[in-house]
Amino acid sequence: MAQSTAETLKTTPLVERHIAAGGRMVPFGGYNLPVQYPTGIMAEHKWTREFAGLFDVSHMGPSFLTLNSPSGDAEADHAAIAAIIEPLICGDIAGLKSGQIRYTLLLNETGGALDDLMVARSPLFGGSLYIVVNAGTKDGDFARIAAAAGDKAKLTRADGDNALLALQGPEAVNVMAQIAPGAVDLGFMQYAPFDFAGQKIIVARSGYTGEDGFEILVPNANATALWDALLADDRVKPIGLGARDSLRLEAGLPLYGHDLNETISPIEAGLGFAVSKRRREAADFPGASRILAEREGGLSRVRVGLIVEGAPAREGAEILDASGTAIGVVTSGGFAPSLGKAIALGFVPPSHAANGTLLQVSVRGRSQSAQVVETPFVPHRYFRKPKAS
Amino acid sequence: MTTKFTPDHEYIRVEGATGIVGITPYAQDALGDIVFVELPSVGKVLKKGDEAAVVESVKAASEIYAPVAGTVTEVNDALTGNPGLINSDPENEGWIYKIAIADAGEIDGLLDDAAYADLTK
Repeated sequence: MAQSTAETLKTTPLVERHIAAGGRMVPFGGYNLPVQYPTGIMAEHKWTREFAGLFDVSHMGPSFLTLNSPSGDAEADHAAIAAIIEPLICGDIAGLKSGQIRYTLLLNETGGALDDLMVARSPLFGGSLYIVVNAGTKDGDFARIAAAAGDKAKLTRADGDNALLALQGPEAVNVMAQIAPGAVDLGFMQYAPFDFAGQKIIVARSGYTGEDGFEILVPNANATALWDALLADDRVKPIGLGARDSLRLEAGLPLYGHDLNETISPIEAGLGFAVSKRRREAADFPGASRILAEREGGLSRVRVGLIVEGAPAREGAEILDASGTAIGVVTSGGFAPSLGKAIALGFVPPSHAANGTLLQVSVRGRSQSAQVVETPFVPHRYFRKPKAS
Repeated sequence: MTTKFTPDHEYIRVEGATGIVGITPYAQDALGDIVFVELPSVGKVLKKGDEAAVVESVKAASEIYAPVAGTVTEVNDALTGNPGLINSDPENEGWIYKIAIADAGEIDGLLDDAAYADLTK
């Protein structure tokens, strides 16, 4: 049984490395990936917060959207490519600087999130965007973007031919300095191409842990060489999907399909920052009427962070008010290794969303205390370049 | 002193009329870092196969079933402050609860060392 499942799973170029390192392989997003290595989730999580963790995130969906007939005027070409993607999302892409990355949401007509994604403006050419979407939604996302592009632009998938690695943690920058020295000059949410072993790699200063770090697109042929070169540094250890999830949960970052789905709007999800000012003022994105009304306070539910006393409250656990009335549900929950206690993300009415509000969660039929707290649970430590004076 | 096993990876170490119940080294390794243990109440009457306790790893919750029928006589309170004892020493300091065995005959129906070793090969 397990065998027939394994046959239908895709592998990444690093599968042999994961197995050799003792990775416990599990199906995730259609790929065979390590949930943990022998030291376990707790040790991997703490290592990433203290030093640097290396993740294989090749299951995700990197791609490039490029104008078919660029004019050669970089600004005009950028405006033209931005005009293709913007009707699908709520982010200001026209306003991106060269090499700048923006976190945004792909929306349906009722303002629900079809995905959360990164869209970046090429640092080299006008009329080209680097787009990275989630594994579980990538086929649908790419079809939607390609349809919007029509004959004006071409969407080129970069999954399959490339691996995507994430190097995350306070030592990540010192490790990258040895691999691609120029990458240390990137600020948070900037990317650029660099050379590694004679081939181009694309390095973004971004991630999903709340730490400083990099996400690196590398051609399959060089993927194991880069993986090995990064791990040759004793500040770096390989980290599995289990710690990736506990790290992102502590960082208060949503997991698509859990904390975000096609019924949840950016405002409900606490992602109002991803609705760019220019787009808001123009009200020119899918579901704008709902999202703008919610922004003015017309909300029935909102995402909160909870510190949970006792057993972890997992996805699906009911959230109750202090008197025991059901008011919401946990969408992600677990144990926070950095805090030594259980935390959760969930949705409650705005009347119960203020920081400090005492609530309860139902775990195996028993009520446990929970308190609304600000997210991130663990402060972000992104590297933001000082603004040029 | 005999130790017997269930196919669900609980062990029961029989000392006279009392059984000491925990999870096997194989089970703790499969679950990974244990972060929370929900212990049964002392005095709780269990049928064979009843849910007796819950151990939670970073990722998931797993039920621990009663290997035999009986009454809970003692629980390992040390696990409340230090659930990781189940990882570091599952068969000794990481025991979960003690049970007054209702029917010694049920012990014979469990797996012995060799049968359990076969199961986890």
